[in-house]
Amino acid sequence: MIEARNVGFSYGEREVLRGINLEVGEGEFVAILGPNGAGKSTLLRCLAGILKCNGVFVKDRPIGDYPPRELSKVLAYVPQRAEPGFLTVFGTVLLGRRPYMGLTPSERDLNVVEEALRKLSIEKLALKRTNEISGGELQKVSIARALAQEPEILLMDEPTNNLDLKSQLEVMRLARELAKEGKAVLTVMHDVNLALRFAKRFVFMKNGRKIADGGLEVLSEELFKEVYGVKVEIGEIRGVPVVMPI
Amino acid sequence: MPMVMDYKAYLRRKLLIGLVLFLSLLAVSLLSLSSGPYHVSVKEVLAVLFGGGNRDDRLVLLGIRLPRIVAGILVGASMGVAGAVLQGYLRNPLATPFTMGVSHGAMFGASLAIILGAGYSLNSGQVFLNNPYAVVLFAFLGAISATLVILALARLRGLSPEAIVLAGVAMSSLYSALTTLVQYFANELQLSAMVYWSFGNLARATWRENAIMAIAFAFVFVYFLIKRWDLNASTLGDEIAKSVGVNIERERLVGTLLSAFITSVTVAFVGVIGFVGLIAPHSMRLIAGGDYRSLIPLSALAGALLLVSADTIARLIVSPMTLPVGVITSFLGAPTFIYLLVKMEGRR
Repeated sequence: MIEARNVGFSYGEREVLRGINLEVGEGEFVAILGPNGAGKSTLLRCLAGILKCNGVFVKDRPIGDYPPRELSKVLAYVPQRAEPGFLTVFGTVLLGRRPYMGLTPSERDLNVVEEALRKLSIEKLALKRTNEISGGELQKVSIARALAQEPEILLMDEPTNNLDLKSQLEVMRLARELAKEGKAVLTVMHDVNLALRFAKRFVFMKNGRKIADGGLEVLSEELFKEVYGVKVEIGEIRGVPVVMPI
Repeated sequence: MPMVMDYKAYLRRKLLIGLVLFLSLLAVSLLSLSSGPYHVSVKEVLAVLFGGGNRDDRLVLLGIRLPRIVAGILVGASMGVAGAVLQGYLRNPLATPFTMGVSHGAMFGASLAIILGAGYSLNSGQVFLNNPYAVVLFAFLGAISATLVILALARLRGLSPEAIVLAGVAMSSLYSALTTLVQYFANELQLSAMVYWSFGNLARATWRENAIMAIAFAFVFVYFLIKRWDLNASTLGDEIAKSVGVNIERERLVGTLLSAFITSVTVAFVGVIGFVGLIAPHSMRLIAGGDYRSLIPLSALAGALLLVSADTIARLIVSPMTLPVGVITSFLGAPTFIYLLVKMEGRR
């Protein structure tokens, strides 16, 4: 579905991504993990086509070959933070339909927006302006907008940021469900345990390189020592691995 | 789908706001047509507008007052739209074409034309421009050039919206230095012509100028209406705009250029009239929200209403003398703007 072939990227002199290979297929839910400055967000932006990087392929076609409108029907990206403004929540999510509509939204466009608001349980906020709601609510609006794009690939940069415990679970469950429906879902995560609980595959990054990539079997105390420089103990609660720094 | 119904009701409410603004604009225009040192009753005004009326009334209304009011509508609408669009593309609530150096550029252009011999003021204090088209052309070129320099930089160096605004501050400063330099070498008759030019004055526009402004405005207005979704996307940040398929860098360049263009056309003809581009869009954002589908037409209407009202006040307050309309807009505008700012901050 989406693939990085030996992707590198530099901000001026500073190299932030080096030789990244990654292929994510239909129905996969991948969490990208690693310390600050590891290049996780940069990788996600490359995959989203926000940064121009060579070697990114969407459905076996170079990402640069897609006209912007076509790409946004296949792939949606949720940045770390959204800007609050004077648009209503409904109007903001409606922007997710821009790739599909001409000058005015169709009935279907409006209905898809309503559906997306429901999925994130923010339908009560529909007519509020985005500068009147909380940061967590805004984050959900941003995710709802991405869902309204009806993408096959969903890229989210720290989607659980700013969210309370319940909303974190809601968003992660939703991401898992979307993957079950056949979408490719990639999220950059800081909360390792939340990632372990919901994602099926884990990509660990450090200094712009991929260190490890795989299911729960790649987890080890040595890996956390290497990636985060932290000594941890890996336990298990109800069959789910739990990482505890010690 | 109850939510969709709610949303449609919300959109209809904005239509109502537009209607109220439109009717107010009609009412103020009629009032403005009828008042002045030469009084014409509203009934006779209507007669003249529908092709009747006596000769004197026709002369005063169609030859003097109506072109001035039409100029007020066109200039106000242009500034309202240009301000609304720039605030969206640059994501800066203070952005207007004037922050891109348009007003200082125009002032420099006009001053340069005057010192090169396009005009001077008579001893009576009356200003005589023996070549008004040279002044208009130079003012237009000066106005648009500041923006062109900034956009060329933005294109070559990939400037962020913040950097574009700061570059505008720098260009304004450069042009005001150049204007000072020109004024330093001007004689006193030329100097007073320059100062006089800098007072915005809607009476400078005749039917011909109005036609040019109307064409420029219509083209740009339709363009921005078509781009309304891109403008909405821009307010959410570049990354989200790109994610929904907007080529944001290109839209920002073109949008900024067109905003500067309509402003430059109006400034060249009627001079600098401040604050309309700030107050019209911001008041509409507070009343009707930030959706550019409605914000563009509402800002145009609000700008037109504001400027025609201000100009009517300028004509009547010390009648038969006429104050420069820019003085009125700034007088009313500055406190209104501070009030709006306080109100907006309170909403955060």
